Amino acid sequence: MHLDHAHSGPAALGADAARPDGTRRALRIGLGGPVGSGKTATVAALCRALRDQLSLAVVTNDIYTREDAAFLLRNAVLPPERIQAVETGACPHTAIRDDISANLEAVEDLEDTVGPLDLILVESGGDNLTATFSKGLVDAQIFIIDVAGGDDIPRKGGPGVTTSDLLVINKTDLAPYVGSDLGRMARDAAQQRGELPVAFTSLTSGEGVGPVADWVRGQLASWTS
Amino acid sequence: MSRAALLVLSDGRFPAGGHAHSGGAEAAVVAGRIRNADDLAAFCRGRLHTTGLTAAALAAAAAHGHDPLALDEAADARTPSPALRAVARKLGRQLMRAARATWPGEELDAFALARPRGGHQPVVLGLTARSAGLAPEDAAHCAAYETVGGPATAVVRLLSLNPFDATAVLARLAPELDHVAELAAAAARGPIGELPAFSAPLLDIAAEAHAARPVRLFAS
Amino acid sequence: MSVRATARITAVRDARGATTLPVLESDGPLALRRTRAVVPGVARVTVVGAMSAPLGGDRLAVQVRAGQGARLTVDSAAATVALPGPGPEAAAAHYAITLKAEEGAELHWLPEQLISAHGSELHMTTVAELATTARLVLREEQILGRHGETTGTLLSRLTVHRAGRPLLDQQLAYGPAAPGGWDGPAVLGGYRAAGQLLVVDPAFDDRGPDARLLGATAVLTRLAGPAVLVSVLAADARELRAVLDRAAEELAAAARGRAPAAAHG
Repeated sequence: MHLDHAHSGPAALGADAARPDGTRRALRIGLGGPVGSGKTATVAALCRALRDQLSLAVVTNDIYTREDAAFLLRNAVLPPERIQAVETGACPHTAIRDDISANLEAVEDLEDTVGPLDLILVESGGDNLTATFSKGLVDAQIFIIDVAGGDDIPRKGGPGVTTSDLLVINKTDLAPYVGSDLGRMARDAAQQRGELPVAFTSLTSGEGVGPVADWVRGQLASWTS
Repeated sequence: MSRAALLVLSDGRFPAGGHAHSGGAEAAVVAGRIRNADDLAAFCRGRLHTTGLTAAALAAAAAHGHDPLALDEAADARTPSPALRAVARKLGRQLMRAARATWPGEELDAFALARPRGGHQPVVLGLTARSAGLAPEDAAHCAAYETVGGPATAVVRLLSLNPFDATAVLARLAPELDHVAELAAAAARGPIGELPAFSAPLLDIAAEAHAARPVRLFAS
Repeated sequence: MSVRATARITAVRDARGATTLPVLESDGPLALRRTRAVVPGVARVTVVGAMSAPLGGDRLAVQVRAGQGARLTVDSAAATVALPGPGPEAAAAHYAITLKAEEGAELHWLPEQLISAHGSELHMTTVAELATTARLVLREEQILGRHGETTGTLLSRLTVHRAGRPLLDQQLAYGPAAPGGWDGPAVLGGYRAAGQLLVVDPAFDDRGPDARLLGATAVLTRLAGPAVLVSVLAADARELRAVLDRAAEELAAAARGRAPAAAHG
């Protein structure tokens, strides 16, 4: 009945690059990956590396607790009002891919309450290798795996490994202990991903997240240009 | 009116945030009140005839064209639990986003502007149905079905209940769903103050218990 | 033969600040007595159940008005037992309560339990109209079945308006003629005593206890307005009253701006 009417008012869709008032909204980067690969640790490290230069906020998507948000709060990587937890009904991939409404609300609330923001990191709860973010929610996504999960993960592929804008292979310091071949992982990843970048990280040292932080800065530069 | 529009709106995959909510079923599972398919059926039946009818009537009334702000106030009065009011508004806001992308309309815009933090979900649902060209009874059907569909899906996850059993529960409730939708649509033709206001004590009590729980799979 | 009766109470505040009762009309089974006030300055009326009522087919009403600044407590001497009417085709009984509290008035409606006897059907409505600065304390308790019997049918609706706007609207349907599921895990979960305490007080506009559990089947909630509702399910009337009494004490203290008594579980 109203299908032909010119739609005005606040944006109905999340992927619009502008906020309702016309200003450019924050860049949104999604971080996904299997359970235990170091997503929350990477988010924490990114916050520490970027918070002095950028206005930052984080949305977490936990599976059955608010633990990821609690971890970030406890470690005081950002003031509490900059961290929002989204509940996912046991299905984080639904909340970041199929029904992004709760996440869109969280990012908009953050922009409204603590904005203007340069960057919002949206962390998925640990999920399987097929979990990807909707383009209606994030502008770019990072997929995080770790060497202890098996050095055949890059070879196996899956949407996260093959299509993410940045593949992070974490916990490189553990490679000798778990018998993972970093060279093989790099070759397999390159084969699966073509030109898409891969970063090897070890977050046990303070500088470990450097390559990821550099990539985020690059994304932000092209977003704002 | 398009019957297919009703299918789109009532589809569990309609991106309006419902997947993260169990409709009180998780709290009932935790309290040991739902242990099997029979319990699920009793839970769904009780919810359908209480808050389900109330929600269906609000949705039908909004689809009928009653003032959504007055209906929102009526919904507040019918929802004593602050946790459930918060959930209803959160889901209403999420549905509003999806509604404005799918069936945009001035009435949706106006209500979104008046309730930026979200109106009660059944009211938004009724407005959405109206914007999609659906009838009040369609809106009531949709609201009534959500009342039982959400818990059934959630209990499949929570108890690893056989999904065929859970779906059979819903199928057996179909005649009662139709009846509730009829009652709701009939009530929607009357004044707002006389819309059904059925409540369920355990749903209110359990909702506050659930909201205070640090570990849970579903938001409500 | 069925009974129609309407009892009326009007309380007003006189020039000296005391509450008087210019209208105190008993009718049929609804006998009203002015009783000794528990709180000084507050008029108290007790509904004395002269006979078992309501029976199927009866239409009873109590109309209470607390005028500007009046302070009135209405209670009852005994539980009300809903009984089946005579004959196999007896109709439902109806019981309508209207409560009005004008500006600055304080009205306490504290009847004893309503017991739904096997085979009975009662439709009960309670409508409260409150002025913005009025205060209301309302308790209602439903006991489903006398000892050892199954319950009758009880349909009730409680509607509270404040300054003309809806504050609380709540319907309950229990018993054999209620729609399915009333006894199940979403509604009563097998409990046979249900009750609530509603406290409406302008003081709760900006302060008031936050929602919390008062036990496994009892909750205190704050309404979308200056009001608190305590909802309780219990195994029996005694247990139910104990929870409601503790909550009443806490809420009275909270309304007066005192720290609530120690939290109880």
